[in-house]
Amino acid sequence: MGLFRKLYVWLDDRFGWNELLAPLRKKTVPVHRLSHWYFLGGITLFLFVIQVLTGILLLLYYRPGANEAFESVQHIMTRVKFGWLIRSIHSWSANLMVFTAFAHMFSVAFLKSYRKPRELTWLSGMILLFLVLGFGFSGYLLPWNTLAFFATKVGTEITGQVPIIGRPLMIFLRGGEEVTGATLTRFFGFHVAVLPGLATMLIGLHILLVQRFGISVPPKLEAEWLAKPQALREMKFFPNFALRELMAWYVALGVLGALAAIFPWDLGVKADPFVSAPAGIKPEWYFLFMFQTLKVIPSKVFSLDGEVLGVLAFGVAGAVWLLLPFIDTGRARRWVNALAVVALAYIIGMTIYGHFAK
Amino acid sequence: MVPTNPGIPQSPHGPAPVRRRRFIEALLGSGFFLSAAAFFYPVLRFLIPPKESDMGSGSVIAAKTGDLKPNSGKIFRFGSRPGLLVRTTSGEYKAMSATCTHLACTVQYRDDTREVWCACHNGKYDVNGRNVSGPPPRPLEAFEVQVRGDEIFVRRRQES
Amino acid sequence: MATLQSKSPASFATRCLLAVAAGLLLSAAAHGQTKNSCLECHSILTDNLGVTEEKFSQDIHGQKGLTCASCHGGDPTSDDPEVAMGKKAGFKGKVTRTQIPQLCGSCHSDPAVMRKYNPGLRTDQLSQYHTSVHGKLLAKGDAKVAVCVDCHSVHDIRPPNDPRSTVYPLNVPVTCSRCHSDAERMKEYKIPTNQFAEYKKSVHHEALTVRGDLSAPTCVTCHGNHGATPPGASSVAAVCSTCHVFQAQLFDSSPHKAAFASAGLPGCVTCHSNHGILHPTDALIGTDDKSVCGQCHTEGDPGFIAANSIRDHLAQLATAIDRSDQILSTAESSGMEVSAAKLDLVQTRDTLTKARVTIHSVNVARVQQDIQPGLVAADKNYQAGKDALRERNYRRYGLGLSLIAIAIVITGLKMYLKQLQSGQNSQAT
Repeated sequence: MGLFRKLYVWLDDRFGWNELLAPLRKKTVPVHRLSHWYFLGGITLFLFVIQVLTGILLLLYYRPGANEAFESVQHIMTRVKFGWLIRSIHSWSANLMVFTAFAHMFSVAFLKSYRKPRELTWLSGMILLFLVLGFGFSGYLLPWNTLAFFATKVGTEITGQVPIIGRPLMIFLRGGEEVTGATLTRFFGFHVAVLPGLATMLIGLHILLVQRFGISVPPKLEAEWLAKPQALREMKFFPNFALRELMAWYVALGVLGALAAIFPWDLGVKADPFVSAPAGIKPEWYFLFMFQTLKVIPSKVFSLDGEVLGVLAFGVAGAVWLLLPFIDTGRARRWVNALAVVALAYIIGMTIYGHFAK
Repeated sequence: MVPTNPGIPQSPHGPAPVRRRRFIEALLGSGFFLSAAAFFYPVLRFLIPPKESDMGSGSVIAAKTGDLKPNSGKIFRFGSRPGLLVRTTSGEYKAMSATCTHLACTVQYRDDTREVWCACHNGKYDVNGRNVSGPPPRPLEAFEVQVRGDEIFVRRRQES
Repeated sequence: MATLQSKSPASFATRCLLAVAAGLLLSAAAHGQTKNSCLECHSILTDNLGVTEEKFSQDIHGQKGLTCASCHGGDPTSDDPEVAMGKKAGFKGKVTRTQIPQLCGSCHSDPAVMRKYNPGLRTDQLSQYHTSVHGKLLAKGDAKVAVCVDCHSVHDIRPPNDPRSTVYPLNVPVTCSRCHSDAERMKEYKIPTNQFAEYKKSVHHEALTVRGDLSAPTCVTCHGNHGATPPGASSVAAVCSTCHVFQAQLFDSSPHKAAFASAGLPGCVTCHSNHGILHPTDALIGTDDKSVCGQCHTEGDPGFIAANSIRDHLAQLATAIDRSDQILSTAESSGMEVSAAKLDLVQTRDTLTKARVTIHSVNVARVQQDIQPGLVAADKNYQAGKDALRERNYRRYGLGLSLIAIAIVITGLKMYLKQLQSGQNSQAT
């Protein structure tokens, strides 16, 4: 232990972090009935780190390119030692991360943590959510199997439906008119360089803002505690909350390991652009609610194209959701509450519907 | 606070006894160590490349140049299906899928009739894989052959 | 000579005027065919005198520029029925059934004529027909047997490669069964009428209708089409062997060939049936009531023993393959990647297929020769499955260890936190 202490002091003399980290030691986390929701952000961050680590490991063997991608993933799954584990963890963690990101977002919405002065934290978080979905969409194509190929085809097709900018956007995403090896190369670039770069910057900003303004407390409770300061309960971030977070992260690690070992991720069949799409092709579950919505909209609504209408509706909904902190004031509060409940119910409902629909 | 002797169990609100503290530290330490090992062991083995690292470009070594005499054929594994490598009488190499397009039996090269033959229902193909007689409705998929050194590489026809 | 029934010349004239008007409109719509005035009236007639323009446009003869007069005689350029159907124009009226083959053959057996339309067409249909059962009976005066139009239809004859043609391979069995499954009609000929029903159960029918394999045998493949005659007992095996070469060769080298010939039993059909050829299973070989060998062989004779021995060998390999298949499926469903082993299993199944052909030699040693490598391969596949399962268990074991480590950490953290908390609380007091 003496050695560690010596090393710590030596480094601190040269980094000067003791002074920088001092405010962190004072950081506290409010304790109340709903404070368990505070773990979600940290878990999402943990899963992101797992993605980066497993992603880097996979990069050592993965070969992008229509000729080799599938074979390289097959190689990882069958020949590389523990390749099946790294790849399965990467795939499972991706899905879990999308789930915790959404859960984190909704818990923030319901706890109304986006109130002033935390509006930018909310915005950066929403952009991060879109980035996470982008990670999911781009990463899904990389093994170049039939399901991924057609899911990408359908997904980019829908993007093309957006008025005016849709088609150029679709061609930009696809690297051409159709989904080809060029699309794969492009998605690979997005997935390992563009998106990680953007995400890292935004995560840095997001965490900085959280540190700067501390953890928020639901409005009613805030009012209560202002009136009765002695009712306020909180715990130190270091080490109490941090250790609890560590426990949660270890649980997540255990869950990931179990999922990867018992339900290893599927390899699928190599994509062949010339066969017809398998019947009932569906995107990954986190896009299902949008996909299913577009399926149930009739093809023509008051002489407007149904699909375009659907895409626009989601655009508008997304924009409204993005601007929630600015909308949620005074009388609008009731509507915002209702909207949040409806949004959550809709997403859950349509996801389930989409899963069971033919 | 009542003055106490360190090491002796205290009242519930006192600091924990040393033995208990040490136990927890040991538990935590060993736990961290074990979980770190469980994490690093697979990662380290992952980093070491496997022996048969050749899986690139979807090309397969079908045979070595000494293996086939002119006017003979050999079955080799191509992906998840069998392939047929034929060396014609002129010494040229031809490769094609060995799965008969009729009912998926494995075809063979006949050196007496100089053609590819399916024993199941007497289907016949020429050395280019074209179906010439019998039940097969379609030709055999032809593959590209490249001889590099003393190894014969076979891969799918590339779309330009 | 057929005449139009009319009550009075006036109504007759009206009818004709209407017909001509309609005909003019129709021929305006018609695509540059030779003038065929017959259709102008006959297309609006109902009953069996009616042939619509639409129907005849489907006919290959119509498409090649022939008219009604080409077969029925008469003058197709005249709109006057008296002229069009007059004796001077050579009008023949309805052609009787016995006259039909000769009529069709007047063109179709003449290479000089056919060359003008399709030099590749055969011209021996009529001479073949004369050798057929239908042709011979017709020559004896039986007009109920099949003539050209019964199979090829009339007025809308399509070439055999047109999927709508009555003689398109997929449609041939239905066409033949129109008579041959009619018990009433076949009564006097004293032949069975269950052929089509039997054929529908067969693998050949399945190949044709389900797999869409047009090279699969239909009635005409074995019986001939124009020279339709059932193959005799001595020659039916020759028919089967055109596709099933290996089986035929093995049979010919076996003791069954001579034995069957002397007993007057046809090869192939005796065990496999003629029309209702089902997919043969291993159960067909052996001496129990589901198999065929026991129908001739008795307990103790060499054939009896051989049959059982062959059956046992096949069963052995089939069981080995099933066992390997099962273990590989188990491995696959628990997440192991076993595509290489599964491919090998496909090859192993090929050995069983080969053995199932070799049994036609009824030579136990030869069958064994094929079974042995199959057993070796199946065993290899099984081992691959076991290896996969071993790897799976190793993974689960490893997972268990890591979960224990994780559990230790979590427990340790919990205890540490409690200790920390109580320490902090005591400091606070």
